[in-house]
Amino acid sequence: MTADLVVVGAGVVGAACAYFASLAGLRVVVVERGALAGGTSSAGEGNLLVSDKEEGPELDLALYSQRIWREDLGPHAGLWEFESKGGLVVAASDEGLASLRELSVHQRRCGVEVRDVARDELRDHEPHLSPGLAGGAFYPQDAQVQPMLVVAHLLRLAREAGARVRTRTEVTGFLRDGDRVTGVRTTGGDIPAGAVLNAAGTWAGGVADLARVHVPVLPRRGFILVTEPLPARTIRHKVYAAEYVGDVASSDAALQTSPVVEGTGAGTILIGSSRERVGFDRTVSAKAVGTLAAKAIALFPMLREVRAMRTYLGFRPYCPDHLPVIGPDPRAPGLWHACGHEGAGIGLSAGTGRLIAQALAGDEPDLDLTPFAPDRFPVAEEALR
Amino acid sequence: MPDTYDVAVVGAGPAGLAAAVESAAAGLGVVLIDAAGQPGGQYWRHYDENHARPDDRRGHHGLRTFTRLRERLDVLIGAGRIRYLPGHQVWLITRGEGGEFTLRLTPTTSPATDGTDGLSRAETARALILCPGGYDRQLPVPGWDLPGVMAAGGAQALLKGHRTLAGRRAVVAGTGPFLLPVATGLARAGAGVAAVVEANGTLGWLRDPVGTMSVPGKGVEALQYAALMARHRVPYRRGTVIREILGEGRVEAVRIARVDRADGRLAGPEEEIAADLVALGWGFTPSLELPLMLGAQTRRDVDGSLVVVVDDLQRSTVGGVYVAGEATGVGGAALAVAEGRLSAVALAVALRRAPESSREAVTAVIRRLRGEIRRGRRFAAAMHRAYPVPVAWTRWLTGSTLVCRCEEVSYGDLVRACRDLGAQDARTLKMLARPGMGWCQGRVCGFATAEIAACLNRRETTAEDLRPLSTRSLAVPVTLGELAALADDAPGG
Repeated sequence: MTADLVVVGAGVVGAACAYFASLAGLRVVVVERGALAGGTSSAGEGNLLVSDKEEGPELDLALYSQRIWREDLGPHAGLWEFESKGGLVVAASDEGLASLRELSVHQRRCGVEVRDVARDELRDHEPHLSPGLAGGAFYPQDAQVQPMLVVAHLLRLAREAGARVRTRTEVTGFLRDGDRVTGVRTTGGDIPAGAVLNAAGTWAGGVADLARVHVPVLPRRGFILVTEPLPARTIRHKVYAAEYVGDVASSDAALQTSPVVEGTGAGTILIGSSRERVGFDRTVSAKAVGTLAAKAIALFPMLREVRAMRTYLGFRPYCPDHLPVIGPDPRAPGLWHACGHEGAGIGLSAGTGRLIAQALAGDEPDLDLTPFAPDRFPVAEEALR
Repeated sequence: MPDTYDVAVVGAGPAGLAAAVESAAAGLGVVLIDAAGQPGGQYWRHYDENHARPDDRRGHHGLRTFTRLRERLDVLIGAGRIRYLPGHQVWLITRGEGGEFTLRLTPTTSPATDGTDGLSRAETARALILCPGGYDRQLPVPGWDLPGVMAAGGAQALLKGHRTLAGRRAVVAGTGPFLLPVATGLARAGAGVAAVVEANGTLGWLRDPVGTMSVPGKGVEALQYAALMARHRVPYRRGTVIREILGEGRVEAVRIARVDRADGRLAGPEEEIAADLVALGWGFTPSLELPLMLGAQTRRDVDGSLVVVVDDLQRSTVGGVYVAGEATGVGGAALAVAEGRLSAVALAVALRRAPESSREAVTAVIRRLRGEIRRGRRFAAAMHRAYPVPVAWTRWLTGSTLVCRCEEVSYGDLVRACRDLGAQDARTLKMLARPGMGWCQGRVCGFATAEIAACLNRRETTAEDLRPLSTRSLAVPVTLGELAALADDAPGG
């Protein structure tokens, strides 16, 4: 078996890259050591957000991805339960509201749609919100998908365009010709390829190590609580506290929690989000889930008597500068990366896949990939490993 | 800071009662936590003791064992050596820096009816003996979501716990010897039992010389049931399954068909039997929420159930966590009592509470209990082999048969997720099609979903298929208010 492109990882980023590369005419093989979307892709809420991003390359990629989700992938939106539900960011204090307003000024300049929401209009958007809040902002572009279905259908569509998907196949090394990467060694045999794309998410650092290049992706753990099903539209939008934006951008290793509350098509309410750097520890943290519940109740007092059915956790692929790694690796020609999207991978996957396919085909990508360059990290970052 | 007990025993069924009593007798400080209002578990379930009637315990087996354990429990509670917390469920167990376990409890019944404040509470212990028991295993069949269809154990629990007959004309179906006490119990309480529909041959376990000889008392039990079945003229249909449950708005009849003895493929003519109650049981599913939450290693047992791996002292792979009863392999009450006792004795030795002078006696007790457990396991394995879930059971399903009733996921939905979307294992199937995502969190459909995932991918079911549908991050649902309390009193996590 040979290929133009081997994609390592069948998460949402790998699936999107495989899909767009297959459409561009490349012969693609996806190798995945576990099952489809078995890592972080199945451990989140499926958010396509612009609201939580400050001016910069990540917001550019998020806005670009919005276009891909709605236009290129628009005809398939129903397959993965795409819902343009909108996001409501709320501030508890006047100071919080002031910084939210300032953030939105910059966001508007970049092309984000934002509507200011006054204190007394909040409950028109969300009838069950706590009455004590200072105000908020509504982001109509924020949307949601069911990420497992995204992965499964993108890979199905890629297969229909000629791609092959090998699950339970682990990459154990790279085929090399001098510095050049010429394929992968796997538990299922060698696969020579014109290019290899590292889309291994939180585990991408380990794949890069096999090619003897350094990509500093670290796990940042998060918990989500799932409630019993409630009547439809009890909570209509993705609702979160303004402090969330600051927590996302923080590099602190200690536990941070900012309430993010939203309804789903199944009627359950999802409650996030926590962030902590504790390696790959899978034990339930009473402190983290307790704090999530407390903060969700502060936003929506009616949730106090609602029962939680389960909690789940995942590991966001986190880079020290909070930007993903996208593009060819000059240190190992033939090796490409699309990883490190932290908590935004579902939303950013569509744009990432499209850009990678353009660059692989030798075209000028729609967005400049320089801010996402794989070799941008100073060598001192080694200390973080 | 609450007192730290030497051991928390979870569950007051046969295993838990024995474990608690034996632990306290060995001098350990014990807290015994049980979901039910009175001890006995499912096996020794009985009517509210405050309003007891002499015939409440009719049909109970091993009642002498229960009475004796019960008397010792009362004495030890009275002496302050066992703290007994009925009506509480453990929903989360976490481990502190020193290795001690913190168990979060929530009341089983609503605060309005039980007189407590309804708030969750926490207990801490140095070691755990988990005896969570099990419940009826179910296989989906067309029409099983109609009112009037129950778990066999559910029909029995209504009788034993509430003196309530769930119907006037019953069909008891599935496989295994447990169908017999359910059918005879219903008949004795006055229901007409139209048929016991057994997928396998009958009394196959009596043909297994090694297994049957292991526990001689069981043969007598079987003969008693056979006599009762004859007295109540209950037809016993072997090699037969319910093909479909019929009715408009509730059960009116079942359609049964003969199946191939070798693999359970539908083989024979169909026949309708009128009924207003259908009690289904395909063996038992152990409740593994707590051991899995703690990271205990599990395996697939002879009967296809996921069970906890324990050594010959009932120790799981997690330090300080002992497991006894059905959670280590479905095997019935007598075996569970022996395992409960052994775990307590072993824990007392590990905590050096067994006095030096009695070292020899303790060794003898351990040897005797191990022998009893070995024989019980051999017997259980023989039973499981005689009453397997038929290999070809998924062939009885139609595309529209509901597999997950909570989320209304049909067999056809599962087929599409496997064939079109590439689900190769139960976890992926669950994430793509939502079986096991609803209220019961896979308690009812978990076994069936795991088997379907494996079957559609043309391979044997594995422990990896069963595990994601048996794992529950919260052992029971709790309010966000109860969860929020963790934020204050959980140092570090």
